[in-house]
Amino acid sequence: MEQLFAFLEAHMQMLFMLILMIFVGIEVISHVPSVLHTPLMSGANAIHGVVIVGAMLVLLNADPNNIATLVLGFVAVVLGTLNVVGGFVVTDRMLEMFKKKPAPKK
Amino acid sequence: MNSTLILDLIYLIGSVTFIMGLQMLSKPESARKGNLIAAVGMTIAILGTIFLRNSVAPVIYGLLFGAIAIGGIIGWMVAKKVKMTAMPQLVSLFNGMGGACAALISVIEFTPHIGNFKALITVMAGMVIGSVSFAGSMIAFLKLNGNMKKDLRLPMYNLINNLILLVILALACYVIYSASGTEHGEHLFRYALLTFALALFYGIMFVFPIGGADMPVVISLLNSFTGLAAAAGGFLYHNQVMLTGGIMVGSAGTLLTVAMCKGMNRSLTNVIFGAFGSGGATVTAGTGSPTGGSVKDISVSDTAILMNYCKKIIIVPGYGLAVAQAQHVMHELESLLEERGVDVKYAIHPVAGRMPGHMNVLLAESNVDYGKLVEMENINPEFETTDVVFVVGANDVVNPAAKTNPNSPIFGMPILEVEKAKSIIINKRSMNAGYAGIDNELFYNPKTSMLFGDAKKVITDLVAELKTM
Repeated sequence: MEQLFAFLEAHMQMLFMLILMIFVGIEVISHVPSVLHTPLMSGANAIHGVVIVGAMLVLLNADPNNIATLVLGFVAVVLGTLNVVGGFVVTDRMLEMFKKKPAPKK
Repeated sequence: MNSTLILDLIYLIGSVTFIMGLQMLSKPESARKGNLIAAVGMTIAILGTIFLRNSVAPVIYGLLFGAIAIGGIIGWMVAKKVKMTAMPQLVSLFNGMGGACAALISVIEFTPHIGNFKALITVMAGMVIGSVSFAGSMIAFLKLNGNMKKDLRLPMYNLINNLILLVILALACYVIYSASGTEHGEHLFRYALLTFALALFYGIMFVFPIGGADMPVVISLLNSFTGLAAAAGGFLYHNQVMLTGGIMVGSAGTLLTVAMCKGMNRSLTNVIFGAFGSGGATVTAGTGSPTGGSVKDISVSDTAILMNYCKKIIIVPGYGLAVAQAQHVMHELESLLEERGVDVKYAIHPVAGRMPGHMNVLLAESNVDYGKLVEMENINPEFETTDVVFVVGANDVVNPAAKTNPNSPIFGMPILEVEKAKSIIINKRSMNAGYAGIDNELFYNPKTSMLFGDAKKVITDLVAELKTM
């Protein structure tokens, strides 16, 4: 229990952010029309690719002689980049189609 | 100014772009820009992480840039090349990559953090959530891609799955507890890996029994899981941008999942534990004509005449239209009819296609005017004044059983009330049941005519026929 309190104390600032971000996340997309559900999901998918920052930190903090960490870190960065780049590009392709069309010929 | 401060500011900017991006993504006019803004924020955060920290050995920079180049090029190519109909499984695939990334980080960070309770909590959380998300997304990918048709379901799979989940949680708690009390807990890494493997297994078992029709909901749910796994990494590294990005996707993704369920008038628990999508098939499929009526055929030229001389047509597109790649020729048909003074609209069911919004994306691809796509609530009152409803490759979303038959697995799902129109033409390849695997009494309605054939061929013929008139 004490350890749990210590955990909370050490991360108080992060906890504040966590709770506030939950509300932001809900608020920000609360009025999304269903036409945009798929692009929104895809966009959110790209944003959680921010996990790549963690993978990069692993590599940047790694001991250059620790082969196992280097290999796993390398793979993690590849996967993270796939998530980020693929996610944003796919979303852009979907949304490209929603752009305003020239007025339909009557 | 020191670089740590600059990096913190960059992470702040990154978080703000994510919030702005997500907000703009929820409005059609600004959606594309929003995606771009979030991408810029992500790029800044990545570049800052590389260049604003103490420099490291060249070999590490080499690995880092190599990994980013490989992932970037492959991701770009795949995303550019994929067909629009294959979009849902691609989102699932990329989501799985993110989950795997989070899980790998945790595997690496376990041993260095032995003895540190605070860090181990987040390490194990990232490991479990990330692997469930990865394994689940891969199964969802295979299912949507058609590599896995069966919804394999063990007897009492709910009980088994929950037991596995309990074991995972207990094991994770044990690992955290024993590893945080000691400085020499290297042997505990084995148990951490066991937890990792079990979480992967759970991810597979979790998605396995869920029917294909519910896959979008599952992907959305796994999407928010990966967000949480990223947030766990944010805790571990005290990295604000990972936390904000991850949590926001976690909460927004959960809300989106619930919204998708509402579109199908089902609850989330029902999707996960009900395993609909194939369960109903055994109950009602193959019962033949439920109303005892017979099916009426119509020829292409009769359809063309009917369409040419009516005032108002509503097109109900479904996944079949997309599979046949008929959206372009459908647009041609629509323009042709418009030129002749026929009022043409598209009725978009919230779950038309394979994902909410999927059909809009597909039709927009073939230059259909955005204003012609009408959502279900707005189009339903219009069916009464409509002369012809043209249903192409859709089935369950127009099945009246959802309103009339309490025993139907789709009972309660809001549908397009096409039966109110003066006449209904349904294009299908055959009399096979729809995605939910249930019969549709609309086919036996006296007002309904069936126009059998491949959607693309039939509509192309229709266009040719109309041009001769």
